[in-house]
Amino acid sequence: MSLHKLIGFLAFSILTACSISEDIIGDINEDISGPGLGQPISEADLAPWDISIEPDGSGLPAGRGTVSRGEALYNAQCLACHGQEGGGQPHDRLVGGHGTLDQLQQVRTIGSFWPYASTVYDYIRRAMPFNTPQTLNNDEVYSLTAYLLYLNGIIEEDDVMDAISLSEIRMPNEDGFIMAYPE
Amino acid sequence: MKSNDDTSKQIEDVAGNGLVHRRLFLTGGATLLGSMGLLSAMPASAAPLEIPPWMKAPGAHMSPYGQPSKYEQHVQKIVGGTPGVVGSGVSFTPLEKLHGTITPNSLHFERHHSGIPDIDPDQHQLLIHGLVDRPLTFSMNALMRYPTVTRIQFLECSGNSGRNLNPEPQQAPLGALHGLVSCSEWTGVPLSVLLDEAGVKPGAGWVLAEGADAAAMSRSVPLEKMMDDAIIALYQNGERLRPGNGYPMRLFLPGYEGNMSVKWLRRLKINAAPTMTRDETSHYTDVLLGGKAKILTFPMGVKSLITSPSSGLSLGQPGLYEVTGVAWSGGGKIARVEVSADGGQSWGEAALTEPVLSKAFTRFRMAWRWNGGPAILKSRAIDESGAVQPGRDELVGVYGQRNNYHNNAIQAWGIAANGEVSNVFA
Repeated sequence: MSLHKLIGFLAFSILTACSISEDIIGDINEDISGPGLGQPISEADLAPWDISIEPDGSGLPAGRGTVSRGEALYNAQCLACHGQEGGGQPHDRLVGGHGTLDQLQQVRTIGSFWPYASTVYDYIRRAMPFNTPQTLNNDEVYSLTAYLLYLNGIIEEDDVMDAISLSEIRMPNEDGFIMAYPE
Repeated sequence: MKSNDDTSKQIEDVAGNGLVHRRLFLTGGATLLGSMGLLSAMPASAAPLEIPPWMKAPGAHMSPYGQPSKYEQHVQKIVGGTPGVVGSGVSFTPLEKLHGTITPNSLHFERHHSGIPDIDPDQHQLLIHGLVDRPLTFSMNALMRYPTVTRIQFLECSGNSGRNLNPEPQQAPLGALHGLVSCSEWTGVPLSVLLDEAGVKPGAGWVLAEGADAAAMSRSVPLEKMMDDAIIALYQNGERLRPGNGYPMRLFLPGYEGNMSVKWLRRLKINAAPTMTRDETSHYTDVLLGGKAKILTFPMGVKSLITSPSSGLSLGQPGLYEVTGVAWSGGGKIARVEVSADGGQSWGEAALTEPVLSKAFTRFRMAWRWNGGPAILKSRAIDESGAVQPGRDELVGVYGQRNNYHNNAIQAWGIAANGEVSNVFA
């Protein structure tokens, strides 16, 4: 092998070695593909897990609830943690606190702070009562939602909550938030 | 060979009240230290050496799963809970008792909203649905066949360091003040692979992530983040996730507030807009002075903590000390860390320990000659985007003292003349 060819061969070898090592070490994220093992499932079959409610009310199920039924449910299942008429203690206060957000002793409740009524239904359904979550039926969740909105002065005592009426509610502090994403 | 004069120039003080150049520990020999007056008074002579009993008989047999030394049993998480609500609460990493950058799995912080579920992996499934061409479920066995990525990254609770927004500084160990942050090597399946398999439809912008705990804890995540560096984490520091950190799988979102890395992940619903769940509206929003609140605040800000010395610890004799700690940023790599021993009047640049990784703990070190007088130690981190860790006054000026989240303020440790270290606002 002539000197000229030897230099060319060495240069080629070094270049090849470099490109291989980069291939081996590089952070794999793009162009990665999986074995395709996800199993198709129908909308009907996944429905029992699809419990989230959007701010526009989409996802709200059939059913209806009243303030009076909600009061009875609340006193039986919620009062021990959230206090008489949602006044709090030993755990979160749910009612009142209007006009306190700019004060040092803020009281953040459903009425004073929460931006969307859909969240009340969503959260009760997924996580409450604390010790027996996902045991209430749709009418019961609507009724508890109605009672808490009534205690906060957002609906009237004889208003009925269902998918349509709940999705039309505007919360007092809806404009109290500043979107931080994207920054 | 360098003369002492040359070396002396390299290791002269770099900031007030005794901060010495970071190269001191690399270049300075004991003789040099002594000649510069950096060593304590000459220690008394050591006692004669003896053969210890553990060398005179064989030791214990091996165990199938290792445990720390019995002499290290005091290294524990600080567990806090909500009275009367089993499973809801936090446990803090004892940062002041650890070193390096990796948090052992047993000491990784935890935050639960309704306890740790006991999930049978053979029955667990991940559902992906919503704005997709094909709703899909994945069993654990299926997911374990997918390609994985491995990265070292921090996880920090958005509520970490909230105690320092009290009007007066609370006296507690570092971990109890700031221990809702840890750093691990995470291994899992890139979410982009699974989302591509389901086929994301036009109009999609957000993904609701929901856990299989009793709170069905749920958060909305930008689709952009999911397609960028999000993973379904299966392994932590080489072993399968612990139940308290999401076994058998959790979402992991590098650099974002910890609450969004939903544990015990069971469902991803692709939506056009954020769902506005309870944990992204009534909680995990940042209330400003005046009463408005920032919502959907995701990245954790650039931050650093001096882990030694730190509150609850005590210095011994005056002399040379290593000031060390960790720095991290949701915005990328740490570019530099500065340390002050005079309450922020002057700063010296600390040495960063390799490797400096994006969105990971970076260990910093600084040499400090404590003269036995009062001092206030601070550290200040700057990340590769140029973001600078703010002072406590700056944050209080924006948020007041009621916001519980995203407190990345500079921590000040007061050193008393007797060597005791305390939490101070300075």
